[in-house]
Amino acid sequence: MYDFQYLRPATVDEASRVLATQPDARPMSGGMSLLPATKQRLSHWSAIVDLGGVAGLDEIRMEHGALVIGARARHVSVLSSSVVRAAIPALAELAEGIGDPLVRNRGTIGGSVANADPAADYPAALLGLGATVVTNHREIAADDLFTGLFETALEAGEIITAVRFPVPKRAAYAKYRHPASRYAVVGAFVAETAEGVRVAVTGAASHVFRVPAFETALSKSLSQDALVGVTPAYGDLNADLFASSEYRAHVIGEMVRRAVQACLHPSTPSRNA
Amino acid sequence: MPLVTMTVNGTAVSAEVEARTLLAEFLRNDLEMTGTHVGCDTTQCGCCTVHLDGVGVKSCTVLAVACQGAQVLTIEGLATGDALHPMQAAFREHHGLQCGFCTPGMIMSALDMVRRKGHDLDERLVRHELEGNICRCTGYHNIVKAIQAGASAMKGA
Repeated sequence: MYDFQYLRPATVDEASRVLATQPDARPMSGGMSLLPATKQRLSHWSAIVDLGGVAGLDEIRMEHGALVIGARARHVSVLSSSVVRAAIPALAELAEGIGDPLVRNRGTIGGSVANADPAADYPAALLGLGATVVTNHREIAADDLFTGLFETALEAGEIITAVRFPVPKRAAYAKYRHPASRYAVVGAFVAETAEGVRVAVTGAASHVFRVPAFETALSKSLSQDALVGVTPAYGDLNADLFASSEYRAHVIGEMVRRAVQACLHPSTPSRNA
Repeated sequence: MPLVTMTVNGTAVSAEVEARTLLAEFLRNDLEMTGTHVGCDTTQCGCCTVHLDGVGVKSCTVLAVACQGAQVLTIEGLATGDALHPMQAAFREHHGLQCGFCTPGMIMSALDMVRRKGHDLDERLVRHELEGNICRCTGYHNIVKAIQAGASAMKGA
Protein backbone atom coordinates (compact mmCIF):
# COMPACT_ATOMS: atom_id res chain seq x y z
CA MET A 1 0.00 0.00 0.00
CA TYR A 2 1.38 3.41 -0.95
CA ASP A 3 1.60 5.78 1.98
CA PHE A 4 -0.81 8.66 2.37
CA GLN A 5 -1.68 11.38 4.79
CA TYR A 6 -4.25 10.32 7.38
CA LEU A 7 -6.82 12.89 8.41
CA ARG A 8 -9.63 12.45 10.88
CA PRO A 9 -11.90 15.49 10.81
CA ALA A 10 -14.58 15.94 13.45
CA THR A 11 -17.24 17.41 11.18
CA VAL A 12 -18.62 16.85 7.69
CA ASP A 13 -17.79 20.44 6.77
CA GLU A 14 -14.17 20.01 7.73
CA ALA A 15 -13.94 16.73 5.76
CA SER A 16 -15.61 18.36 2.78
CA ARG A 17 -13.15 21.27 2.76
CA VAL A 18 -10.17 18.91 2.62
CA LEU A 19 -11.73 16.76 -0.09
CA ALA A 20 -12.71 19.78 -2.19
CA THR A 21 -9.14 21.13 -2.15
CA GLN A 22 -7.28 17.83 -2.56
CA PRO A 23 -8.47 16.04 -5.69
CA ASP A 24 -6.50 12.92 -4.80
CA ALA A 25 -7.84 12.67 -1.28
CA ARG A 26 -10.46 10.02 -0.57
CA PRO A 27 -13.07 9.81 2.17
CA MET A 28 -13.15 6.56 4.15
CA SER A 29 -16.10 5.28 6.16
CA GLY A 30 -15.76 1.64 7.24
CA GLY A 31 -12.87 1.08 4.84
CA MET A 32 -14.01 -2.42 3.89
CA SER A 33 -13.69 -1.69 0.17
CA LEU A 34 -11.27 1.23 0.19
CA LEU A 35 -8.51 -0.45 2.18
CA PRO A 36 -8.43 -3.73 0.21
CA ALA A 37 -8.31 -1.77 -3.06
CA THR A 38 -5.60 0.52 -1.71
CA LYS A 39 -3.58 -2.40 -0.41
CA GLN A 40 -3.58 -3.94 -3.87
CA ARG A 41 -2.29 -0.62 -5.20
CA LEU A 42 -5.35 -0.39 -7.39
CA SER A 43 -5.64 3.13 -6.09
CA HIS A 44 -3.36 5.72 -4.58
CA TRP A 45 -4.45 8.66 -2.45
CA SER A 46 -2.71 11.82 -1.27
CA ALA A 47 -4.81 11.58 1.86
CA ILE A 48 -7.41 9.32 3.41
CA VAL A 49 -10.04 11.36 5.18
CA ASP A 50 -11.45 9.08 7.87
CA LEU A 51 -15.08 9.91 8.59
CA GLY A 52 -14.89 7.74 11.72
CA GLY A 53 -14.43 10.83 13.84
CA VAL A 54 -17.64 12.48 12.63
CA ALA A 55 -20.33 11.89 15.23
CA GLY A 56 -24.05 11.51 14.66
CA LEU A 57 -24.24 10.07 11.17
CA ASP A 58 -25.29 6.57 12.17
CA GLU A 59 -28.89 7.08 13.25
CA ILE A 60 -31.67 4.89 11.86
CA ARG A 61 -35.15 6.38 12.13
CA MET A 62 -38.54 6.89 10.48
CA GLU A 63 -39.18 10.40 9.21
CA HIS A 64 -42.44 11.44 7.50
CA GLY A 65 -43.19 7.83 6.65
CA ALA A 66 -39.77 7.18 5.10
CA LEU A 67 -36.90 5.13 6.49
CA VAL A 68 -33.80 7.26 7.00
CA ILE A 69 -30.48 5.52 7.54
CA GLY A 70 -27.43 7.56 8.50
CA ALA A 71 -24.49 7.14 6.13
CA ARG A 72 -22.23 5.76 8.85
CA ALA A 73 -24.71 3.10 9.98
CA ARG A 74 -22.86 -0.18 9.82
CA HIS A 75 -24.30 -3.21 8.04
CA VAL A 76 -24.69 -4.98 11.39
CA SER A 77 -26.79 -2.06 12.66
CA VAL A 78 -29.05 -2.15 9.60
CA LEU A 79 -29.56 -5.92 9.69
CA SER A 80 -30.34 -5.91 13.41
CA SER A 81 -32.46 -2.73 13.49
CA SER A 82 -36.06 -3.27 14.55
CA VAL A 83 -36.94 -0.06 12.71
CA VAL A 84 -35.55 -1.43 9.43
CA ARG A 85 -37.13 -4.87 10.02
CA ALA A 86 -40.53 -3.25 10.55
CA ALA A 87 -40.37 -0.86 7.60
CA ILE A 88 -38.40 -2.69 4.90
CA PRO A 89 -37.46 -6.21 5.97
CA ALA A 90 -35.91 -6.86 2.54
CA LEU A 91 -33.30 -4.21 3.33
CA ALA A 92 -32.32 -5.87 6.60
CA GLU A 93 -32.06 -9.20 4.78
CA LEU A 94 -29.89 -7.62 2.10
CA ALA A 95 -27.57 -6.19 4.76
CA GLU A 96 -27.34 -9.62 6.36
CA GLY A 97 -25.92 -11.03 3.11
CA ILE A 98 -23.10 -8.51 2.68
CA GLY A 99 -19.58 -9.92 3.06
CA ASP A 100 -19.22 -11.78 6.35
CA PRO A 101 -19.98 -10.92 10.01
CA LEU A 102 -16.62 -9.22 10.56
CA VAL A 103 -17.04 -7.07 7.46
CA ARG A 104 -20.61 -6.26 8.49
CA ASN A 105 -19.29 -5.12 11.89
CA ARG A 106 -17.31 -2.41 10.16
CA GLY A 107 -18.69 -1.56 6.69
CA THR A 108 -21.26 1.22 6.32
CA ILE A 109 -24.14 1.95 3.97
CA GLY A 110 -22.76 5.35 2.95
CA GLY A 111 -19.38 3.88 2.12
CA SER A 112 -20.90 1.10 0.05
CA VAL A 113 -23.11 3.51 -1.88
CA ALA A 114 -20.34 6.05 -2.53
CA ASN A 115 -17.95 3.31 -3.63
CA ALA A 116 -20.49 2.12 -6.24
CA ASP A 117 -18.94 -1.28 -6.71
CA PRO A 118 -20.67 -2.88 -9.72
CA ALA A 119 -21.40 -6.00 -7.65
CA ALA A 120 -22.33 -4.36 -4.32
CA ASP A 121 -25.72 -5.07 -2.77
CA TYR A 122 -26.90 -1.71 -1.42
CA PRO A 123 -27.00 0.02 -4.82
CA ALA A 124 -29.67 -2.50 -5.89
CA ALA A 125 -31.78 -1.58 -2.87
CA LEU A 126 -31.39 2.15 -3.47
CA LEU A 127 -32.35 1.89 -7.12
CA GLY A 128 -35.02 -0.75 -6.54
CA LEU A 129 -36.73 1.26 -3.82
CA GLY A 130 -36.27 4.63 -5.49
CA ALA A 131 -34.29 5.96 -2.55
CA THR A 132 -32.87 9.45 -2.16
CA VAL A 133 -29.27 10.06 -1.19
CA VAL A 134 -28.78 13.00 1.13
CA THR A 135 -25.39 14.72 0.95
CA ASN A 136 -23.88 17.75 2.65
CA HIS A 137 -24.85 19.76 -0.46
CA ARG A 138 -28.09 18.38 -1.88
CA GLU A 139 -30.38 15.42 -2.40
CA ILE A 140 -29.79 13.00 -5.28
CA ALA A 141 -32.34 10.47 -6.54
CA ALA A 142 -30.87 6.96 -6.74
CA ASP A 143 -31.85 6.99 -10.43
CA ASP A 144 -29.32 9.79 -10.95
CA LEU A 145 -26.59 8.63 -8.58
CA PHE A 146 -24.95 5.60 -10.17
CA THR A 147 -23.27 6.69 -13.38
CA GLY A 148 -20.63 4.08 -14.16
CA LEU A 149 -18.06 1.59 -12.90
CA PHE A 150 -17.24 2.82 -9.38
CA GLU A 151 -18.62 6.19 -10.53
CA THR A 152 -21.36 8.31 -9.02
CA ALA A 153 -22.79 11.77 -9.45
CA LEU A 154 -21.08 12.81 -6.20
CA GLU A 155 -18.81 15.83 -6.68
CA ALA A 156 -15.51 16.67 -5.02
CA GLY A 157 -16.11 17.42 -1.37
CA GLU A 158 -19.61 15.99 -1.49
CA ILE A 159 -20.24 13.51 1.34
CA ILE A 160 -23.25 11.27 1.79
CA THR A 161 -24.87 11.91 5.16
CA ALA A 162 -27.95 9.66 4.91
CA VAL A 163 -30.09 7.56 2.60
CA ARG A 164 -33.88 7.99 2.63
CA PHE A 165 -35.98 5.02 1.55
CA PRO A 166 -39.68 5.28 0.75
CA VAL A 167 -41.47 2.31 2.31
CA PRO A 168 -42.70 -0.11 -0.39
CA LYS A 169 -45.82 -2.26 -0.21
CA ARG A 170 -43.50 -5.24 -0.45
CA ALA A 171 -39.98 -5.89 -1.62
CA ALA A 172 -37.35 -8.61 -1.82
CA TYR A 173 -33.75 -9.05 -2.84
CA ALA A 174 -32.43 -12.23 -4.44
CA LYS A 175 -28.73 -12.68 -4.88
CA TYR A 176 -26.63 -15.24 -6.63
CA ARG A 177 -23.46 -14.62 -4.78
CA HIS A 178 -19.91 -15.48 -5.53
CA PRO A 179 -19.00 -18.17 -2.98
CA ALA A 180 -15.62 -16.64 -2.07
CA SER A 181 -16.12 -12.89 -2.30
CA ARG A 182 -19.83 -12.86 -1.32
CA TYR A 183 -20.34 -10.17 -3.92
CA ALA A 184 -23.28 -10.57 -6.26
CA VAL A 185 -22.61 -12.44 -9.49
CA VAL A 186 -26.15 -11.17 -10.07
CA GLY A 187 -28.52 -9.62 -7.56
CA ALA A 188 -32.07 -8.44 -8.22
CA PHE A 189 -34.12 -6.13 -6.02
CA VAL A 190 -37.85 -6.10 -6.72
CA ALA A 191 -40.13 -3.57 -4.99
CA GLU A 192 -43.83 -2.90 -5.31
CA THR A 193 -44.12 0.85 -4.76
CA ALA A 194 -46.96 3.35 -5.01
CA GLU A 195 -45.83 4.14 -8.57
CA GLY A 196 -45.56 0.55 -9.71
CA VAL A 197 -43.01 -2.22 -9.52
CA ARG A 198 -39.31 -1.38 -9.72
CA VAL A 199 -36.64 -3.91 -10.64
CA ALA A 200 -32.95 -3.14 -10.07
CA VAL A 201 -30.07 -5.44 -10.97
CA THR A 202 -26.54 -5.40 -9.57
CA GLY A 203 -23.45 -7.45 -10.40
CA ALA A 204 -24.33 -7.80 -14.06
CA ALA A 205 -23.00 -4.62 -15.69
CA SER A 206 -20.70 -1.66 -15.05
CA HIS A 207 -23.21 -0.34 -12.56
CA VAL A 208 -26.61 -1.11 -11.12
CA PHE A 209 -29.50 -0.70 -13.57
CA ARG A 210 -33.28 -1.05 -13.85
CA VAL A 211 -35.06 -3.45 -16.18
CA PRO A 212 -38.08 -1.67 -17.71
CA ALA A 213 -39.42 -4.79 -19.43
CA PHE A 214 -39.73 -6.63 -16.11
CA GLU A 215 -41.10 -3.53 -14.39
CA THR A 216 -43.90 -3.14 -16.96
CA ALA A 217 -44.82 -6.82 -16.79
CA LEU A 218 -44.73 -6.97 -12.98
CA SER A 219 -46.63 -3.69 -12.58
CA LYS A 220 -49.57 -5.34 -14.36
CA SER A 221 -49.36 -8.36 -12.10
CA LEU A 222 -46.76 -9.07 -9.44
CA SER A 223 -46.54 -12.77 -10.16
CA GLN A 224 -44.21 -15.31 -11.66
CA ASP A 225 -46.67 -15.80 -14.53
CA ALA A 226 -46.18 -12.17 -15.53
CA LEU A 227 -42.52 -12.93 -16.24
CA VAL A 228 -43.23 -15.71 -18.72
CA GLY A 229 -42.08 -14.75 -22.18
CA VAL A 230 -40.53 -11.47 -21.06
CA THR A 231 -37.01 -11.35 -22.48
CA PRO A 232 -35.42 -7.96 -21.83
CA ALA A 233 -32.71 -6.72 -24.18
CA TYR A 234 -29.68 -5.88 -22.09
CA GLY A 235 -26.80 -3.65 -23.04
CA ASP A 236 -23.28 -4.79 -22.28
CA LEU A 237 -23.38 -7.36 -19.50
CA ASN A 238 -20.27 -8.34 -17.59
CA ALA A 239 -18.36 -11.40 -18.70
CA ASP A 240 -15.61 -12.72 -16.48
CA LEU A 241 -14.05 -15.81 -14.99
CA PHE A 242 -17.23 -16.53 -13.05
CA ALA A 243 -19.98 -15.99 -15.58
CA SER A 244 -20.40 -15.18 -19.26
CA SER A 245 -22.73 -12.38 -20.28
CA GLU A 246 -25.23 -14.91 -21.67
CA TYR A 247 -25.22 -16.75 -18.36
CA ARG A 248 -25.65 -13.50 -16.43
CA ALA A 249 -28.63 -12.60 -18.63
CA HIS A 250 -30.20 -15.91 -17.68
CA VAL A 251 -29.41 -15.48 -13.99
CA ILE A 252 -30.98 -12.01 -13.97
CA GLY A 253 -34.28 -13.59 -15.01
CA GLU A 254 -33.93 -16.25 -12.34
CA MET A 255 -33.03 -13.78 -9.57
CA VAL A 256 -35.99 -11.57 -10.53
CA ARG A 257 -38.22 -14.65 -10.42
CA ARG A 258 -36.91 -15.58 -6.96
CA ALA A 259 -37.32 -12.01 -5.72
CA VAL A 260 -40.92 -11.98 -6.97
CA GLN A 261 -41.52 -15.27 -5.22
CA ALA A 262 -40.08 -13.84 -2.01
CA CYS A 263 -42.32 -10.75 -2.36
CA LEU A 264 -45.36 -13.02 -2.61
CA HIS A 265 -44.24 -15.41 0.11
CA PRO A 266 -41.97 -13.49 2.49
CA SER A 267 -40.90 -16.62 4.35
CA THR A 268 -39.26 -18.02 1.20
CA PRO A 269 -35.48 -17.78 1.47
CA SER A 270 -34.39 -15.58 -1.41
CA ARG A 271 -30.66 -15.68 -0.85
CA ASN A 272 -28.60 -18.66 -1.82
CA ALA A 273 -27.02 -19.01 1.60
CA MET B 1 5.06 9.86 11.37
CA PRO B 2 1.80 9.91 13.31
CA LEU B 3 1.93 8.79 16.92
CA VAL B 4 -0.77 6.31 17.85
CA THR B 5 -1.75 5.28 21.35
CA MET B 6 -4.15 2.48 22.14
CA THR B 7 -4.81 -0.13 24.80
CA VAL B 8 -3.93 -3.68 23.79
CA ASN B 9 -5.04 -6.45 26.14
CA GLY B 10 -5.30 -3.96 28.97
CA THR B 11 -1.89 -2.37 28.47
CA ALA B 12 -1.44 1.13 27.06
CA VAL B 13 0.88 1.09 24.04
CA SER B 14 2.19 3.87 21.90
CA ALA B 15 4.28 4.06 18.73
CA GLU B 16 5.04 6.22 15.74
CA VAL B 17 3.69 4.50 12.65
CA GLU B 18 3.23 5.28 8.99
CA ALA B 19 -0.36 6.19 8.17
CA ARG B 20 -0.58 3.10 5.97
CA THR B 21 0.32 0.73 8.81
CA LEU B 22 -2.42 -1.82 9.31
CA LEU B 23 -3.55 -2.78 12.78
CA ALA B 24 -2.35 -6.35 12.09
CA GLU B 25 1.11 -5.04 11.16
CA PHE B 26 1.19 -2.80 14.21
CA LEU B 27 0.40 -5.73 16.50
CA ARG B 28 2.86 -8.09 14.86
CA ASN B 29 5.76 -5.81 13.92
CA ASP B 30 5.66 -2.95 16.41
CA LEU B 31 4.35 -4.82 19.44
CA GLU B 32 5.84 -8.18 18.41
CA MET B 33 2.57 -9.88 19.30
CA THR B 34 2.50 -12.52 16.61
CA GLY B 35 -0.58 -14.40 17.78
CA THR B 36 -2.63 -12.38 15.31
CA HIS B 37 -1.99 -14.04 11.95
CA VAL B 38 -2.21 -12.67 8.44
CA GLY B 39 -3.34 -15.35 6.05
CA CYS B 40 -4.63 -13.66 2.93
CA ASP B 41 -4.20 -9.92 3.39
CA THR B 42 -7.33 -9.46 1.25
CA THR B 43 -9.99 -9.32 3.98
CA GLN B 44 -11.22 -12.84 3.35
CA CYS B 45 -9.54 -15.41 5.60
CA GLY B 46 -10.19 -13.90 9.05
CA CYS B 47 -6.92 -15.17 10.58
CA CYS B 48 -6.21 -11.60 11.69
CA THR B 49 -9.46 -11.17 13.62
CA VAL B 50 -9.17 -9.10 16.82
CA HIS B 51 -11.70 -7.17 18.85
CA LEU B 52 -11.69 -3.41 18.40
CA ASP B 53 -13.67 -1.65 21.13
CA GLY B 54 -15.38 -4.96 21.80
CA VAL B 55 -16.30 -5.75 18.20
CA GLY B 56 -14.71 -8.38 15.96
CA VAL B 57 -12.81 -6.90 13.01
CA LYS B 58 -10.27 -8.05 10.46
CA SER B 59 -7.15 -6.25 11.63
CA CYS B 60 -5.57 -6.47 8.16
CA THR B 61 -8.27 -4.06 7.02
CA VAL B 62 -8.10 -1.45 9.76
CA LEU B 63 -5.52 1.33 9.87
CA ALA B 64 -3.51 1.44 13.09
CA VAL B 65 -3.83 5.23 13.20
CA ALA B 66 -7.61 4.87 13.12
CA CYS B 67 -7.38 3.00 16.45
CA GLN B 68 -6.20 6.02 18.41
CA GLY B 69 -7.60 5.66 21.93
CA ALA B 70 -9.20 2.30 21.16
CA GLN B 71 -9.35 -0.88 23.22
CA VAL B 72 -7.92 -3.84 21.32
CA LEU B 73 -8.20 -7.45 22.42
CA THR B 74 -6.04 -10.09 20.73
CA ILE B 75 -5.65 -13.83 21.19
CA GLU B 76 -2.80 -13.12 23.64
CA GLY B 77 -5.26 -11.35 25.93
CA LEU B 78 -7.62 -14.27 26.49
CA ALA B 79 -5.87 -16.63 28.88
CA THR B 80 -5.49 -15.82 32.55
CA GLY B 81 -1.96 -16.91 33.43
CA ASP B 82 -1.79 -20.58 32.55
CA ALA B 83 -5.57 -20.96 32.54
CA LEU B 84 -6.94 -20.97 29.01
CA HIS B 85 -10.07 -19.01 28.17
CA PRO B 86 -13.07 -21.40 27.94
CA MET B 87 -13.15 -20.96 24.15
CA GLN B 88 -9.45 -21.79 23.88
CA ALA B 89 -9.95 -24.80 26.14
CA ALA B 90 -12.84 -25.97 23.96
CA PHE B 91 -10.67 -25.80 20.82
CA ARG B 92 -8.09 -27.98 22.57
CA GLU B 93 -10.67 -30.40 23.94
CA HIS B 94 -12.44 -30.84 20.60
CA HIS B 95 -9.33 -30.84 18.42
CA GLY B 96 -10.58 -27.68 16.74
CA LEU B 97 -7.33 -27.21 14.85
CA GLN B 98 -4.98 -29.03 12.59
CA CYS B 99 -2.08 -26.75 11.56
CA GLY B 100 -3.37 -24.02 13.87
CA PHE B 101 -2.76 -21.07 11.57
CA CYS B 102 -6.39 -19.98 11.44
CA THR B 103 -7.02 -20.72 15.11
CA PRO B 104 -6.44 -17.26 16.65
CA GLY B 105 -8.89 -15.76 14.16
CA MET B 106 -11.36 -18.60 14.65
CA ILE B 107 -11.35 -18.07 18.40
CA MET B 108 -11.65 -14.27 18.24
CA SER B 109 -14.44 -14.66 15.69
CA ALA B 110 -16.15 -17.25 17.87
CA LEU B 111 -16.13 -14.82 20.78
CA ASP B 112 -17.68 -12.14 18.58
CA MET B 113 -20.31 -14.72 17.62
CA VAL B 114 -21.12 -15.33 21.28
CA ARG B 115 -21.37 -11.58 21.83
CA ARG B 116 -23.87 -11.21 18.99
CA LYS B 117 -25.75 -14.51 19.17
CA GLY B 118 -25.49 -15.71 22.75
CA HIS B 119 -24.34 -18.99 24.26
CA ASP B 120 -26.70 -21.49 22.66
CA LEU B 121 -25.41 -21.81 19.12
CA ASP B 122 -26.73 -24.51 16.81
CA GLU B 123 -24.44 -26.05 14.23
CA ARG B 124 -26.11 -24.39 11.27
CA LEU B 125 -25.77 -20.95 12.82
CA VAL B 126 -22.11 -21.47 13.70
CA ARG B 127 -21.30 -22.59 10.16
CA HIS B 128 -23.15 -19.60 8.74
CA GLU B 129 -21.50 -17.16 11.14
CA LEU B 130 -18.04 -18.54 10.35
CA GLU B 131 -18.27 -17.24 6.79
CA GLY B 132 -15.51 -14.75 7.43
CA ASN B 133 -12.96 -17.29 8.64
CA ILE B 134 -11.20 -19.76 6.39
CA CYS B 135 -9.46 -22.95 7.55
CA ARG B 136 -7.27 -24.27 4.77
CA CYS B 137 -6.93 -27.64 6.51
CA THR B 138 -10.73 -27.63 6.09
CA GLY B 139 -11.11 -28.83 9.65
CA TYR B 140 -14.41 -27.06 10.10
CA HIS B 141 -16.22 -29.97 11.67
CA ASN B 142 -14.28 -29.85 14.93
CA ILE B 143 -14.04 -26.06 14.86
CA VAL B 144 -17.84 -25.91 14.84
CA LYS B 145 -18.04 -28.40 17.71
CA ALA B 146 -15.42 -26.44 19.66
CA ILE B 147 -17.28 -23.17 19.22
CA GLN B 148 -20.57 -24.68 20.36
CA ALA B 149 -18.89 -26.19 23.41
CA GLY B 150 -16.86 -23.05 24.16
CA ALA B 151 -19.92 -20.82 23.92
CA SER B 152 -21.77 -23.11 26.27
CA ALA B 153 -18.85 -23.26 28.72
CA MET B 154 -18.65 -19.46 28.78
CA LYS B 155 -22.16 -19.36 30.23
CA GLY B 156 -20.86 -20.53 33.58
CA ALA B 157 -17.60 -18.60 33.39
